[in-house]
Amino acid sequence: MSPDSGPRRVRVTSPRTSAGRPRRVTVTSEIDAQTRIGEIYMASLLRAQLRLAGLAIATVGVLVAGLPFFFWLFPGLTRVHVLGMPLPWVLLGFAVYPFFLVVGWVYVRAAERNEHDFADVVERS
Amino acid sequence: MSSSYAITAVLLVSIATLAIGAYGWRFSRTTSDFFVASRSVRPALNASAIGGEYLSAASFLGVAGLVLAFGTDMLWYPVGWTAGYLMLLVLVAAPLRRSGAYTLPDFAEDRLESLAVRRLSSLLVVGIGWLYLMPQFQGAGLSLGTVAGTEPWVGGLLVGAVVLVNVFFGGMRSITLVQAFQYWLKLTALLVPVMFLLVVWTGDGATSPADAGTMTAGMTGDVWASPLASASDHALYTTYSIIVATFLGTMGLPHVVVRFYTNPDGRAARRTTLVVLGLLGIFYILPPVYGALGRLYAPELIASGRTDTVVLELPALMVGGLGGDLLSALTTAGAFAAFLSTSSGLTIAVAGVVSQDVMGRRFRGVRSFQAAAVVAVVVPLLLAIAADGVGVARAVGLAFAVAASTFCPLLVLGIWWRKLTDAGAIAGLLVGGGLSGLAVVDTLLQRAHEGWTAALLTQPAAWTVPAAFLTMVVVSLATPRRLPANVSRTMVRLHTPEAVQLDRGPQPL
Repeated sequence: MSPDSGPRRVRVTSPRTSAGRPRRVTVTSEIDAQTRIGEIYMASLLRAQLRLAGLAIATVGVLVAGLPFFFWLFPGLTRVHVLGMPLPWVLLGFAVYPFFLVVGWVYVRAAERNEHDFADVVERS
Repeated sequence: MSSSYAITAVLLVSIATLAIGAYGWRFSRTTSDFFVASRSVRPALNASAIGGEYLSAASFLGVAGLVLAFGTDMLWYPVGWTAGYLMLLVLVAAPLRRSGAYTLPDFAEDRLESLAVRRLSSLLVVGIGWLYLMPQFQGAGLSLGTVAGTEPWVGGLLVGAVVLVNVFFGGMRSITLVQAFQYWLKLTALLVPVMFLLVVWTGDGATSPADAGTMTAGMTGDVWASPLASASDHALYTTYSIIVATFLGTMGLPHVVVRFYTNPDGRAARRTTLVVLGLLGIFYILPPVYGALGRLYAPELIASGRTDTVVLELPALMVGGLGGDLLSALTTAGAFAAFLSTSSGLTIAVAGVVSQDVMGRRFRGVRSFQAAAVVAVVVPLLLAIAADGVGVARAVGLAFAVAASTFCPLLVLGIWWRKLTDAGAIAGLLVGGGLSGLAVVDTLLQRAHEGWTAALLTQPAAWTVPAAFLTMVVVSLATPRRLPANVSRTMVRLHTPEAVQLDRGPQPL
């Protein structure tokens, strides 16, 4: 079909198209554009994760890093025997490791939940 | 003990290491293979590799020796080295992986958009890496000397050569397999003998090493068992300084951090770290048992100052005969696995930085990495031969203190505090690195001190880490105009889960 055969097709459009349709604004685009609202979403994720990290560190800080201080305050504790071993040995030699694992496991679950919630909020809108 | 079994064991470990490495060479093609194993290592394998890499001479030999010599307060070392991974997990694991950088200097440059911070970080990575490599080579010399009577430098040279061959041809890809194998070897090498030792100990009436009547080298059992008595005049300060250095130093060690870039994504980085916590916990229960039993069965090691060899000698002393020799050969094999795996990881980390920041212009890609690996091994090998009076655990402890006073604040503030500026980071790194470096120089020169000076210089972390944090915060607040231009975009990249589609800026590899 050659270009000059027959009447030329004419497209009929409304003049309003050039004004643009109201576009849906997503949170991801807000974050990408670094708008105020995007920053607020980011700050809330950051705060949630930081609070979680702080909680984990405080737990370990008091219960494990606090031990020398407890032993220093109550020297009698070091003479207590558990399962035939001195208490400091039971705590520092064996008990701390499962404790670390539990703290880590709870942390990973909570951190992934925070991220999941963030992804939900950001992608639902 | 008969040395031929132990020498055979050392040779077998070296050959196995090279063979598994050779298996990995076949897959190593690209620069990305060499540096980060193309970021495709699954959590279970990666966690074994991290465990294998992390458990060094200090963990395998040093902990048992320290517990034997000084008692319960030395248990803080293994506890802190494990807790360091917990701190790493909650503070840096996922964001560090999401940053998408190759090395610590890459992260510093990416976050702070400053070449000066990058250069300073490179310098620190090389310094910490060499400080940590030196005792590995010394430990290797000590162990080979114990079992085979060789000169101190032979063991170090052997380890250096094996590491160099593997790194040279396979980079991170083959090292990952080697290190995963070495974790399980190290665990077996402590677990199997300890069962026999405990049977012997029970058969002998199971005397408690902490019994008040058990007297060794002028220390009664209850002093040895007290958690705040033996090692220093300022026990509470020393203990807390060890806690600060080990809890916070782990995240700043160059060979630990470089491993995180081999995870596929941030979520995998977290899960890997959790598995590592489990693997370390299982391992670290064992060395103190050797130390405690050594108090009953090998007290002469304390008197002769050879406590670091208790893991190697105890099986032969307690079991005796052919069985004892074979068990001692097994622990010797484990010790060499420890030297090889940690040295490999450190060599990769140091070589990565040297090849990118020093040699990058002259050589290209894989060539430059190989040339850098030679430099990374030869310098600490010479250092180890020159400074052989510094104890294994001492030098490793200082490497942790320097890492905790420099990269810990840089990572923690860089990831969680958007107001960190390049000026603040530089000032903090200089203060933390300078103060802890002072303690390092003092130790390497082997000067003697008394009282508080001694306590502050042998365990500097408790004052240098807060000083570094404080400097970074204060200087950053004083220079608010130097905020990096793209800090918001960087924070988005560090913290948003990969599932969310966002503009993360250009991804490096």
